[in-house]
Amino acid sequence: MDTGALLFQKILSQIFVGLSRTTILFIVSSGMSLILGVLRIPNIAHGSLYMIGAFMAFSVSNFFGGGSQGFWMALLLAPIGVAILSLITERGIFQFLYKREHLMLLLLTFALSLIFGDLVKLVWGAEYKSVPVPQVFHGHLTLVAGIPIPLYNLFLLLVGPVVAILLWLFVNKTKMGKISRAAAVDRDMVGAVGINVSRVFAAVFVVGCLLAGLGGVLVAPTVNVTLGMDHTLIMEAFLIVIMGGLGNIWGALIGALIFGLAQSLGILIWPQFGIIFPYAAVVIVLMIKPTGLLKSTW
Amino acid sequence: MTFLELTKVNTFYGLSHILFDVSLSVNKGEIVGLLGRNGAGKSTTMKSIMALVPPRSGFIRFKGQDIKGKDPYLLFRTGIGYVPDDRRVFADLSVDDNLEIVYRRNGDWTKEKVYQLFPPLAEIKDRRAGHLSGGEQQMLTIGRALMGSPELLLLDEPTEGLAPLIVKALENQILQLKSMGISILLSEQNVKSALKLVDRVYVIDNGRIRFEGTVKDLETNEEIKKRYLMV
Repeated sequence: MDTGALLFQKILSQIFVGLSRTTILFIVSSGMSLILGVLRIPNIAHGSLYMIGAFMAFSVSNFFGGGSQGFWMALLLAPIGVAILSLITERGIFQFLYKREHLMLLLLTFALSLIFGDLVKLVWGAEYKSVPVPQVFHGHLTLVAGIPIPLYNLFLLLVGPVVAILLWLFVNKTKMGKISRAAAVDRDMVGAVGINVSRVFAAVFVVGCLLAGLGGVLVAPTVNVTLGMDHTLIMEAFLIVIMGGLGNIWGALIGALIFGLAQSLGILIWPQFGIIFPYAAVVIVLMIKPTGLLKSTW
Repeated sequence: MTFLELTKVNTFYGLSHILFDVSLSVNKGEIVGLLGRNGAGKSTTMKSIMALVPPRSGFIRFKGQDIKGKDPYLLFRTGIGYVPDDRRVFADLSVDDNLEIVYRRNGDWTKEKVYQLFPPLAEIKDRRAGHLSGGEQQMLTIGRALMGSPELLLLDEPTEGLAPLIVKALENQILQLKSMGISILLSEQNVKSALKLVDRVYVIDNGRIRFEGTVKDLETNEEIKKRYLMV
């Protein structure tokens, strides 16, 4: 095989890797962007919920004896667990603080991320955990140009668009979604047409956090589930949300694509310094469009 | 029976005192005018009633109940519709969705009925509200308030910035609402337009009620007109 074809193959295979990473990034950052746009909370604890989602996936998966059944149950139950935790946080703490300035909220969510971190250590301990890839997704599939793609990555590539479509339907077709779009811009007026904004906020917060949990479950079989996985992710998610336009879910999609692909292709270009590329992409995007690629709701 | 009653309401924005002992009332089925110059306190009075800027002291009673301190969404649910002077349509949503998301009390207002009152809206129901003209936005904010089947409508300077022809149509629509039994508190700078509609008048200036009476009383009171209304 000549070098041209080989390079092409390599690029294509890295693109597939990047796209499955994009899926995780999109799911997590779209939830964060939703919360940022509607509730105006820059939620640093969002990464912690992602981590808790991954740890819950481990526990649920173990409870059901690992294997395929364990994974599917985890996919179902862990996001719900994270959603319940977020509902408690919202009703217990956040609902009293919406009128506070952003800095206060930022500090509060930072404190929460520390608390959640310690909670995870308390419950699950400090060792690595791993969640097995379910039986169905063992093996590879060769789609184009003889590149073998792990089945689990293909699964992620399917989940991404499904989540995007469901999110689109929620935001554009449901009454709750429409109300949340209105509240993102003018919450007082939404209250003045008889809507209990506090309840809408709780619902949106839970949906956003559910996405963090889902991202955590989905990433679990591909990584070591460990303390600290929240930190890298929250950084990336914030950059993606800023790059896409604050509060814009589709911006999060584009941001995740740019970030994920820059990451995977960067490794190909300059393996030792591959980590630089996604951040360079962020800098370039923000230099061209300081307010983010799509319309921000701020 | 007095339908809406404000007694000695004092409202502040932060440290600055805006409304001073404002007292006024609206009876059932009436249109009451709240006239005054820019910055006189008309909008703040409206916002005080709707609890968007909650008063610091005084009483506000609606249908005999003390409503001070209640959340705006609960006030809407007891039958107060609020139409702000800066319109505040939900710009990202379509015209239809602006009406759709409103909380529905048990009442007879539907989207169809709003479109009957404002036929131009029916033709643009799929357009984003942010893309509407001023007149269209005004129809939409009134329509939006009507979706809750209000018994009292707070109309804050509805004719502001609208073309004369549209103002005329709006005046007719406001009179139609009155004939359906909706009580209205109407704030206006446009004295000429307001006096065609209202039953009674309050004149507000510097956050204080300066005059209270019938349209006839005001029309014959040159001093008040000159000092507070510039007509």
